[in-house]
Amino acid sequence: MTRSIKALSAFCLLLSAALLANAVRIQVFEAKTYDTNPANRRPVIARYGHPRGDILVGGVPVTGSKDTRQRLRYERTYRDGPLYAPVTGYASQTFGTSLLESAADGVLSGSDTRLDLMRLWHRFTRTPQPAGAVETTIDPAVQRAAYRALHGRTGAVAAVEPTTGEILALVSTPSYDPGGLSGNDGKVAQNWARLTTDPRQPMLNRALSRTYPPGSTFKVVTAAAALEHGIVTDPNARTDTGSPYTLPGTTTRLRDGSRHCAHASLRRALALSCNTVFARLGVRVGLPGMLATARGFGFNDSGLRIPAPVAPSAFGRRLDPAQLALSSIGQFNTAATPLQMAMVAAAVANHGTLMRPYLVDRLTDANGTTIDHTRPVVLRRPIHSRTAEILQRLMVGVVSHGTGRQAALPGAVVGAKTGTAQHGVRNAGVPYAWFIGWARQREEHAPRVAVAVVVEGAKSRREDITGGGDGGPIAREVMRAALRR
Amino acid sequence: MRGATTTQAPPAGRDTTAGVPRRRGVELALLFGAVVVCLLGYTAVGLATGGAVPPDARSYAAGLGGIALLTHLAVRLRAPYADPLLLPIAVLLNGLGLVLIYRLDQATPGERAAPTQLVWSTLGVALFLLVVVCLRDHRVLSRYAYVCGLAALILLIVPIFFPALNGARIWVRFAGYSFQPGEFAKLLLAVFFAAYLAAGGHALAHSGRRLWFLRLPPGRVLAPVVAIWLVSVGVLVLEQDLGTSILFFGLFVVMLYAATGRIGWIVLGALLATAGAVAVARLEPRVNGRVQDWLHPLAGTEAGGAGPGQLAQSLFAFAAGGKLGTGLGEGHSALIGFAVKSDYILATAGEELGLAGLAALFVLYALLVAAGFRAALALRDQFGRLLAVGLASILALQVFVIAGGVTGLIPLTGMAMPFLAKGGSSVVTNWVIVALLVRLSDRARADAVPRT
Repeated sequence: MTRSIKALSAFCLLLSAALLANAVRIQVFEAKTYDTNPANRRPVIARYGHPRGDILVGGVPVTGSKDTRQRLRYERTYRDGPLYAPVTGYASQTFGTSLLESAADGVLSGSDTRLDLMRLWHRFTRTPQPAGAVETTIDPAVQRAAYRALHGRTGAVAAVEPTTGEILALVSTPSYDPGGLSGNDGKVAQNWARLTTDPRQPMLNRALSRTYPPGSTFKVVTAAAALEHGIVTDPNARTDTGSPYTLPGTTTRLRDGSRHCAHASLRRALALSCNTVFARLGVRVGLPGMLATARGFGFNDSGLRIPAPVAPSAFGRRLDPAQLALSSIGQFNTAATPLQMAMVAAAVANHGTLMRPYLVDRLTDANGTTIDHTRPVVLRRPIHSRTAEILQRLMVGVVSHGTGRQAALPGAVVGAKTGTAQHGVRNAGVPYAWFIGWARQREEHAPRVAVAVVVEGAKSRREDITGGGDGGPIAREVMRAALRR
Repeated sequence: MRGATTTQAPPAGRDTTAGVPRRRGVELALLFGAVVVCLLGYTAVGLATGGAVPPDARSYAAGLGGIALLTHLAVRLRAPYADPLLLPIAVLLNGLGLVLIYRLDQATPGERAAPTQLVWSTLGVALFLLVVVCLRDHRVLSRYAYVCGLAALILLIVPIFFPALNGARIWVRFAGYSFQPGEFAKLLLAVFFAAYLAAGGHALAHSGRRLWFLRLPPGRVLAPVVAIWLVSVGVLVLEQDLGTSILFFGLFVVMLYAATGRIGWIVLGALLATAGAVAVARLEPRVNGRVQDWLHPLAGTEAGGAGPGQLAQSLFAFAAGGKLGTGLGEGHSALIGFAVKSDYILATAGEELGLAGLAALFVLYALLVAAGFRAALALRDQFGRLLAVGLASILALQVFVIAGGVTGLIPLTGMAMPFLAKGGSSVVTNWVIVALLVRLSDRARADAVPRT
């Protein structure tokens, strides 16, 4: 019996060796496969296991974290959710992240390596790296002014500081509360379904992600091209354009809203927003010249990040002369985001230098120490400073005795351009009212703010005046708030 | 596996009144260590899950310390030559089990299992004391062999008259507590097999007709054994509990081999087991599912799958633990869901204590089993030797089947990890097993003492 008992103990030893070897296989050699299996919830649990970092506006958090004591423990909360939704986006346990929540997720979730200098030590002690914070460039007063001015309308506002590229306001209406999308319960899925099927598209970020035909506001770009390419040398000289204007190669006649447009000077043409003059100027500049200037202002650039991606604005690359004429007055295929048109105004105001727009001022770690700071960067120089100064005067003329009178502010120099973009089959859709502008204090040289406003479903006539009527007061409130900074 | 310890008496020692060191001091020191480890674990769970030392840490320490002292005293007085590893390992495993269950209780509020487990553990310790104090000579048990066999049968049949729980009809519910009589039955069967084989082992080994290389024993010797085995396996198939039925069959084969020394029994047993396993896997969808899970544990996680199954979650937990573990209270083994405190308790140990902790647990079990085999080798009576082999094999088989199951080494069969897993009947039975091993090893080592 001794022999068989010894054999049995040897067998048991074999069994324990098998168990141990198998444990080594799973816990050491195959561990990575299991850890990275998408069905393994541990990474998600870890992600929500500590409070998410905050997004700050004007030094004050507009977000928060709520301890739900659920498995995905911390849930995102938002202060003034609808106001800042176009900036923050949402951070949802169920539907992922968007906008700044997505672009700055590394810092906000705590996975960014810059957050932790003692990374190895913390990995050893298994202390989760605390999340950092994101300080935005948004000015709460400007943001609030834009939101209040847009109230009840469908539209968007983008405001930037021309000298730096700091984005001061980013508003889209109707908006939504991203707080309704964070969390684990069924209510979140309901909210998501309701928001994504709402015909008013509250989750669409109209300031960044939606392009509109820019209409007459694009005439600033056409004017810039005409001046840059020497087509127009004296803005006060009469242009050789009759009204109406027959589009080249067609019998289509382009008309103007004003009787004073025939052979109008560049100054008068911009003030009165003469379609004929700018359509013909665009054709005279030619496609390569128009493309070059438009590109200089940021059109046809699909790589812009603020750091959330911005929908590319477009100016047609292959156009016949008639299409070029229409494109030059911001119709046909020309499309722009409100941010893009704010960039046009900003480049003009900043003497021809276009700064890269940005939304994140700095990133801080959990202790408030800055780990990254955004420095203003020149994106392009689309026009010479001389051209820019001519354009500035022309745009000031739009406010002083043109279509943009509503935007005038006492004590400030304001330049603007209005627009009404037609759209839909045979232009049957309710037009979009546009307004772009910039402002500086009368005694200062540097511009304080550039703004673009778009309002869907303009109230009144399909004339350029509506751009001023709908967008003007909104732009004025935004610029007024920005000038108080 | 037989260690270099003292079945042959060294001439001198600290405690040399009988010529063999009694090693009770070692046992006490180890017990102290075991209690400290458990207390640290309990505190770590509290700190990790609640941010504070659990309020009842002191009473937990006092309770565990009291148990350790009491059992130690009983052993010191009544089984002074017992193997000094047995009791500390039992206390450590039971204490760690309580820590793990308490830890999982934190993740599943509303399903507190640790208090009940504590009650059962206390009962188990009481039975331990009873056995150590009252059973002066293990050979007494062989007189009750047939009573034990009959009792085992009755215990196995009783649950048929109670409602099934989670598909298995192995529970008896009484006054709010539920227990599995099958757990006690395996102990009784071990006693029965040991007694029966001790009496008839010679006949099994050396008589009967030869068939190929097997020597079949005469029917009159074999019939009662086969009958008991058939009945118990039949009952278990009726009760839908594959784990216990595998355990009984394994126990039967191992003890038969130990008694006869004939490898033929192992071969025959393995063939029968394979045939049975294939048949059951074909016929029984539940078992077939287990085999499929084992072959493709991650099938549910692929596109269009039903999500990760329990085995996949268990493997995720082990993998998440890695080499050193996440630390007690820092893992997410609760994702396994159902049976996380019973069948899958080892996954929590694997995740939170890592490969290091898991290996330590395996070593503890190996030492426990080795102690049983060591006693078997040193004992002089056939019954005692076979009983020791049987008891050690019960532990070894259980550990291998369930640990292999939850780590994907073999298809999963529901079984309790001895001392660790939630389950009252199991923990009580294990304490009795350890008590019997204490008694057997005491006799084994005392017999090595030259009598005057």
